[in-house]
Amino acid sequence: MTSPTLSPPSFTADHHQPPSVRVENLSLRYGRKMAFANVDAQFRAGQITALIGPSGCGKTSFLSCLNRLHELTPKAQLSGQVYLNNCDTATIPLTPLRRQVGMLFQKPNPFPLSIYRNLAFPLKEHGICDRTLIHHIIETTLTDVGLWAEVKNRLKAPALSLSGGQQQRLCLARALALKPRVLLMDEPCSALDPLSSEVIEDLILRLKGTYTILIVTHNLGQASRIADDVAFFWVQHDVGQLVEFGPAKDIFAHPKDPLTAAYVSGRRG
Amino acid sequence: MVRRLAIPFGKEQGATLMVWLVALGITVLFLWLLSDVIWQGGQAINGAFLTQAPIKAGLEGGIAPILVSTGLVLGVCMGVSLPLGLGTALFLTEFSPQRSHQAIRLSLDILAGVPSIVFGLFGNAFFSKVLGLGFSILSGGLTLACMVLPILIRSIQVGLVNVPHEYRQAAAALGLSRLGTLKTLILPAALPGIAVGILLGIGRAIAETAALIFTSGYVDRMPTSLLDSGRVLSIHIFDLAMNIPGGEQNAYGTALVLVILLIVINTLVSWFAERFRQSKLQIL
Repeated sequence: MTSPTLSPPSFTADHHQPPSVRVENLSLRYGRKMAFANVDAQFRAGQITALIGPSGCGKTSFLSCLNRLHELTPKAQLSGQVYLNNCDTATIPLTPLRRQVGMLFQKPNPFPLSIYRNLAFPLKEHGICDRTLIHHIIETTLTDVGLWAEVKNRLKAPALSLSGGQQQRLCLARALALKPRVLLMDEPCSALDPLSSEVIEDLILRLKGTYTILIVTHNLGQASRIADDVAFFWVQHDVGQLVEFGPAKDIFAHPKDPLTAAYVSGRRG
Repeated sequence: MVRRLAIPFGKEQGATLMVWLVALGITVLFLWLLSDVIWQGGQAINGAFLTQAPIKAGLEGGIAPILVSTGLVLGVCMGVSLPLGLGTALFLTEFSPQRSHQAIRLSLDILAGVPSIVFGLFGNAFFSKVLGLGFSILSGGLTLACMVLPILIRSIQVGLVNVPHEYRQAAAALGLSRLGTLKTLILPAALPGIAVGILLGIGRAIAETAALIFTSGYVDRMPTSLLDSGRVLSIHIFDLAMNIPGGEQNAYGTALVLVILLIVINTLVSWFAERFRQSKLQIL
């Protein structure tokens, strides 16, 4: 794999301050099954928070509540509040909310369109129709994710012809093109080879400060490398719970909860 | 030890042989039917058969007005049922609450199984009498549309449901409108399924006899408007074979035309659907 040439990020200049994300007494159930319950936390503005814990403890479900993507699941029922700064997300219409809160999925999911249209289609949908502006945004975001040099001569090629790592960077560019303020990432590296995943990890680090980032990861090494804060989820009585939340160095070096200690040391989980 | 683990040789081979035999049997049956129609009907077909009006109730002359009537009935049927079917399928898969689905799906499946003669009686009572359309191409086409709708809706629905969920998820996460997502991603991706629906619909409509006897009628004149009565190919075959002594030859000829028409329509629809999808999407 060719290593992408990284230039200084261009998205800092015309960007608002990222907001903090606060959840109050948040619970989600799918029909009778409780995914997670009573989560209270405040995720700091412009910082990277890693959500860790074993599979099935509600991390992904938790993430999907922050941009109300859980509403796609017919039986999902949410209680509690999510605030961006002090604005309740339930009161924000879906389109602007999801534009502000971008998301990256576990499996790269580019549209079955050309590389160019993967970025142009969402921009047009959000009312940006000026061709020169669209082209400018596409070039800068693709440069930001280190993909421009690799694809500039084949923008009309199918996005699905890219490698997995390139696809994931394209998806990141697609999210960044809409100028979000919060980024949710659901195990963005788990489907990638180690080299591609290192590239993504570097990118995430460079986005810090400009975006409030929440990242679900099963890779504790990754969490300790990139996260400022860590939220540790665990399943208790078949329900996901937020067991411990704090600065990454405390969670890894001096965990307060014995479950956290067991998990981060690799004894359980 | 190794021997005990191995699958018994004869059983595996026997099963394979059975599957092959069944497949072979079906192919032979189809080819037999087709070659019979081609053999018997080929002698009847020539330029005049396709361009002339029937003489002596079809014993002589051709099937030109019947071809036109068939095209018109099919046109009315698909023109009405396709937008309705597409709309309903879209409503069911993309917009309606999940709970109502079971009931709607059940009623569609039952409707799809209703014998065509029942649709014929309904069409006669409703379109011909209540709406006063009489025995006409319009009432025939509309009756067929009712008959085709359940099949059309179910297959388009299947096509839409089979579109990968990731497309919808990715689009929703980007805050894209449902309409834009539908137009750009979902509908093009569902096109093969929609084409199958159209083909099944056309197949059922073009072969229909019972429902049309009551609605579009027998008249073998060249139709001058949609309110004229018109005889379709399948009714012509039925009439020639059953009511006209010595009509078998031309019945076979008409049957061959019907089969060729079906094959041509099938090929065209699949080809256009695939081309259109490729022009909209870039799937590897």
